[in-house]
Amino acid sequence: MEFKDYYEIMGVSRDATQDEIKRAYRKLARKYHPDVSKEPDAEEKFKQLGEAYEVLKDPEKRAAYDRLGANWKAGQEFHPPPDWDAGFEFSGGGFTGAGEGVDYSDFFESLFGGFRRAGTGHARGGFHMRGQDTHAKVLIDLEDAYHGAVRHITLQVPEVDAQGHVTTRQRTLKVNIPKGVREGQRIRLAGQGSPGIGEGPAGDLYLEIAFKPHPFYRVEGKDVYLDLPVTPWEAALGGRVKVPTPGGTLDLKIPPGSNTGKKMRLKGKGIPARQPGDFYVELKVMTPPAGTEEEKALYRQMAERFSYNPRSALGV
Amino acid sequence: MSEMKEKVLEGVLLDEVYNLTLAELSRACEMHAEWLAELVEEGILEPSGRSPYEWRFPAPALQRARVVRNLQRDLGVNLAGAALVVDLLDEVERLRARLRRFEPGC
Repeated sequence: MEFKDYYEIMGVSRDATQDEIKRAYRKLARKYHPDVSKEPDAEEKFKQLGEAYEVLKDPEKRAAYDRLGANWKAGQEFHPPPDWDAGFEFSGGGFTGAGEGVDYSDFFESLFGGFRRAGTGHARGGFHMRGQDTHAKVLIDLEDAYHGAVRHITLQVPEVDAQGHVTTRQRTLKVNIPKGVREGQRIRLAGQGSPGIGEGPAGDLYLEIAFKPHPFYRVEGKDVYLDLPVTPWEAALGGRVKVPTPGGTLDLKIPPGSNTGKKMRLKGKGIPARQPGDFYVELKVMTPPAGTEEEKALYRQMAERFSYNPRSALGV
Repeated sequence: MSEMKEKVLEGVLLDEVYNLTLAELSRACEMHAEWLAELVEEGILEPSGRSPYEWRFPAPALQRARVVRNLQRDLGVNLAGAALVVDLLDEVERLRARLRRFEPGC
């Protein structure tokens, strides 16, 4: 496993005071908090930070960590020296985080993992408790929200083994995605959360829905937006064109005299619901390439026949 | 376990018309009802119904309550501060969605 430099992660020197460590944690925690930060790797950074703070804020764990020596470099291959923690007494109870589900690194587990066996309350005789509700985010296609779909969803489930180590297990579920689901909404699956203790029932699983980015549709709430390329003659003369929507291809009538930026609304063609969203089309007039001599001649003819100055509003 | 995997799970969609009871919300946030009552007091959650027994929370309350819980636990933010943060996060999310309409990929 790799050595982790907790001082480097927190950006403090090895002789930092406990107050300095706390301040550094607060500052970085605000920066990388997954509910607030949009940094792409915020979740991973926040996890590392929490682990570093778990060790450095506790004088007992910090002293034990310091005893490994200052010569280790982050990422270096590491095995805990035998009896590295001899002579240290961990009073326990120093584990904040969310308790037993927290997924620390192997490095952390090899050093401190053994100390949290106590308190990870497993089935004692006659004790029953409902399992915890669990939460996960799932990415689906926008099309699934239009039609509904059955999707396989893979979850990483942290589990605490008999030694108190946390391992991750993959769990695959086949879930019905109901028609009309929107980004940010949740699906509750009864009894699919953490198992209960004793004869207690299992908790529920909440799936938070997010859409995979789409190459041409954009979604805002239950409305869907599309830039639709059209030819100059379609825009000028009007006509019927085909429009793709996640619900299927539709015919759209373009009024004569349209231009780039013209917005058109297809009512009720957004994400389905009791009050369905709308589908918005914004026209984009594309210039056909003047590839052949004949095409060039046509453009020249237009230049001669039209008295059109698109820059007149600019005064030139 | 293997036949469990094959079964298609039917869930409940917590959409804009779905309401959560105080007990459901409390379980889903792993927080006490008293704590949720403080959030109502602070105006972070706005349930319908007069007494806590009658309270019904719109589905987005779940996300708000969980964010407040995380901010309190991880950053030591007080309730008034957390209330401000969740309101600003909603606003940021609306603006980001609007921005995505013009600059896909952000």
